[in-house]
Order: sequence, then C-alpha cells, then structure tokens
Amino acid sequence: MIRYALGRLTSLIISLFVASLVIFAVIEVIPGDPAAFMLGVNARPDTIAALRAEMGLDQSVVTRYFDWVTGLLRGDFGQSWTYKTPVADLIADRIWVSLPLAIYALILSTLIAFPAGIYAASRRGGPGDITIMGATQLGVAIPNFWFAMILVLIFAINLRWFSAGGFPGWGDPLQAIKALTLPAIALALPQAAILARVMRSSLLDMLGEDFIRTARAKGLTRRQALWRHAVRNALIPVLTIIGLQFSFLLAGGIIIEQVFFLPGLGRLIFQSISARDLIVVESVVMLLVFTVIVVNFAVDLAYAAVDPRLRART
Amino acid sequence: MSRNLIIGIALTAIFLVLAAVSFLWTPYDIEALDIPNKLQGPGGANLLGTDHFGRDILSMIMMGARTSIAVALVAVGIGMAIGIPLGLLAAARRGSLLDELIMRGNDLVFAFPSLVIAILITAVFGASAVNAIIAIGIFNIPVFARLTRGAALPLWERDFILAARVCGKSAARISVEHILPNITNLMIVQGTIQFSLGILAEAALSYIGLGAQPPTASWGRMLADAQTLVSIAPHTALVPGFAILLMVLGLNLLGDGLRDWLDPRIRVARV
Repeated sequence: MIRYALGRLTSLIISLFVASLVIFAVIEVIPGDPAAFMLGVNARPDTIAALRAEMGLDQSVVTRYFDWVTGLLRGDFGQSWTYKTPVADLIADRIWVSLPLAIYALILSTLIAFPAGIYAASRRGGPGDITIMGATQLGVAIPNFWFAMILVLIFAINLRWFSAGGFPGWGDPLQAIKALTLPAIALALPQAAILARVMRSSLLDMLGEDFIRTARAKGLTRRQALWRHAVRNALIPVLTIIGLQFSFLLAGGIIIEQVFFLPGLGRLIFQSISARDLIVVESVVMLLVFTVIVVNFAVDLAYAAVDPRLRART
Repeated sequence: MSRNLIIGIALTAIFLVLAAVSFLWTPYDIEALDIPNKLQGPGGANLLGTDHFGRDILSMIMMGARTSIAVALVAVGIGMAIGIPLGLLAAARRGSLLDELIMRGNDLVFAFPSLVIAILITAVFGASAVNAIIAIGIFNIPVFARLTRGAALPLWERDFILAARVCGKSAARISVEHILPNITNLMIVQGTIQFSLGILAEAALSYIGLGAQPPTASWGRMLADAQTLVSIAPHTALVPGFAILLMVLGLNLLGDGLRDWLDPRIRVARV
C-alpha cells in the first residue's frame, strides 16, 4: 500500500508540475508581452511600463515561473491588476460559494442516483427499470444551464418558492442553502443520470457473479444477496465516477453560477477575462486544475484502500 | 434494428437535414432585424415565433444546427485523428516508457476539462467558434487514445496477430492492417457519443460567451439572449433548449443502437 501510494504521489507531483508549466506558458509566454495585452491597444507606454515592473516582466521567464510557483505554494497568488487586491483574497471570498455548491450537488446526485440505480437493477426489464432508464436518457441529454433556466421559470418566476438568483451570504445559513438549492439541482440532475446508469450496470454485472449464486444457494433471498453482497462490490466503479464527477461539478458550476448570478469562481473568471486580468485567470485556472488532480489522486488512494486487488495491478 | 436505433437515426436526420437546407434556404433572413415584430409566440407567420430582435427562431435554429454540427464534428475529428494513432502506438509499445508517457499525458489532459481549456484559450486569443472547436477537440484526444489502447491490448495477444508477426509485418503495419479494422465499430460508437457531448459543450461555451460570436447563430447564444426574456417570452428559451435536448438524445440513442447492432459485446465509456 505504501509503495502504491508513493507511486501515485510521484505522478501527482509530476502532473501538477506539468500542468503549472502549461498554464504559465499559455498565459504569460504566448501573448508575447502580457502587460501590453492586458492593457489593450490604447494604453500609455508609462502605464505598460508600470504593469511590466509590477508583474516582474523584466526578469527572465524561468525566474518568473519559479516566483509564481513558490508564491502559489506559500498561498500568494499575486495581485489582481483590476481589483488591486491579492488574488488569494478574491478567491477566498468566492470559494465559499463554488465549493459548497459543488458539494451540495454531489450529495444530491448521489442521493438520487443510488436508489434509482439499485431499484432499476433489482427490477431489470420491468416497468420501473424502463422508466428510470428512459429518464436517465433524458437526463444525460439536457444541457444543465438550460435545465437551470427552466427551474427558474417554474420555481422562481411562477411559483415564487425560490429567488431567481443572487446569494445572501452565509450570515443566515438556511437562506444561503436555499439560494444554492436550484443551482445544485440543475448541476446534480444530469450527473445523477450518469451515476444511476453506472450504478445499475455495475450492480447487474455483480448479480451475474458466482458469489451471488453461492449466497443464494446458502439460502439468502434475492433481496438479501443484493444488499449484503452485490451493492458493496458494485460501489467500486461507482466511487471512481463520483470522484470524476466532483471535478465536473466544480467546473460545471462556473456555468450554472452565470445562470443564477452567484458570486463564485465562475463570475470571477469571466469578469477577469473581459477585464483581461490575466493574473486572476492564471491563478483560478491553476486552482481548478489542482483540485481536479488532487481529487483524482484521493479517489485512487481511496479505492486502493477499499480493494486490495487494485494495488497489485500497477 | 432496435427501436432506439430507429428513433436515434430519425432525430439525428432531422437536424442534419435542417442544417443542410439552411445553406440553400431559411424561412426568413436571420440578419434582418424586424423590431416591430419582436417576441411573437409560435404558430403565427413565424412557425416557432420571433426573438427580441424580431428574428425568426426557426431560421436561427436551422443556422444554429450548422454551427453545432460543424463544431462538434471537427472536434471529434481532432480527437480521433490524434487520439487513435496515439492509442495504437501505446498498445504496440505496451509497457515501454513511450506507453507510460502517452498514458500519463492523457491523465494530464483529463485534468483540464474542456471548459477550463476554453477559458485559457479565450483569455489569450478571444472567443470564437474555432477556439471552441480546439477546446473540445483537445479534450477528445485522451478519450480516443485511452479507448484505442484498451481495445488494442487484448487484440495483441490473439493468434491472428501472432500469425501476422510471424509473417514479418512491422508493429506499425499490424496496427493499421489488423488492429484498426477490429476496433472501427467501437470508434464509430464512441464517436457518436463524443459528437453528442460536443454538441452539449458547444452550447455551454457559446452560452457563456466563449464560443461562436454574433452574427453566427448558435443555440447556446440564443439561450443566453433568452435568459432575461424567459418570463415574458418563454418560447425564446424553450425552443433552442429542446433543439439541443433532441439532437443530443438522438445521437445518444443512435450510439446505443449502433453499439447493439454492430456488436453487442462492445462497451462504451460515458462520463
């Protein structure tokens, strides 16, 4: 287990290093002079010179890269050019919208998908299975931002149960959770459809295994064999998908935040893109990619701990 | 042929025909503004109603189908053109450093969801349909590389490959002449699924303004315009949304149906 973990850790570090190189190259090297790019064509030469000095563009590319990375490691994400505040502060404000939204959606998606998938598998071919599978076909085909608009139309504009957007802050946690509910549903439903399909097919694979026949021969009912033996084994591929989905939910949240006018990382990114504030874009993208890589690493470790067979395979 | 396959073919065909016809004819000119005639409901002179500029929504759906299909098709093409050779190479040199490099490179690209790639590209080069194609295309590469490698590995253990090697064929020739034909069905099925994901991704990117720019019609853009109008003119949001939903549903059913029809044994990754 320790050797496996060390191996994964090495590849985690290499991935993070290469990812940071790619992001740095795209943002700071490809535009030529990032300072001139950020300020646009009408900028005065002395303004450009000031920004160049602030970004440290007079130094070599290698020095700048190391300054950036060591800064990131210390939690120093640089200074935003448009907001005139540290990028770390900007991110810290907004992560409390984006992260709870992703987690909320992940919980919803799991709560919907598990019962649906297990029910469909246990009633294979029956009307319940066919209905659930039909619903998941629709679920994977619906664009989540459009689904979000439909939710606003029904639950905010017509029924007035929720507000159509905005975020009141965490001062009143109930109101905050209420404001995140429609966005979380919109994010979760398409993911739940995928997860329910994976759960169903993984469970069906398990139900065909010899150990289920043994359990049944031993005198367990179908239901007992399903819950005691099949579901636990079926969870392994499902866990992988949940891990992958977290990163999709975090990135997908960027779009849903636009629909509901939520002040999260997505809004920050789009405002920074239109203001050409590359420093903010660079750090937020690195943060997203960092999260995806680390979550996948954690999932790998988690199911190596759960399933000893996977450790031997690498 | 299964019912899935027939419905899938029918839905996909409708949008392909709409897109093809739009080159020759659309009910109205979508660049002509007709403000007095704005936000008309469906069913009148404009079959699917008009938007906030008085433009005919059916015509915009037809033009938008063109954008969606073009972006998704080229993006899948990029994914296949680069991903399949990489996967074949990794399988042919399985266990080598090159194989390891290709697979680790794949993992790395997976850490950049197409939205993040699009954000990076747009931040530096600005938004356009071409950048949307590149962003979705890059994300498709590891999908095909991984699938190709996974399907090719067990083939390399088979007797007919051994026979080809005894005949003195090089690994490259075996990959192209024997491995590739055996994984074509799988690639067609996965290609259909990636095509449908590409339609969704294009819609999302143009919705947030990172995709096709006006005056190019696109479904995502139509939804972005409709967002503030949804309470007074719901059809402006419903029509493009259903267009995306039906096209993606059609492609997914087509993919599932093709898989069962071509080869019931193959399984497709769908995440």
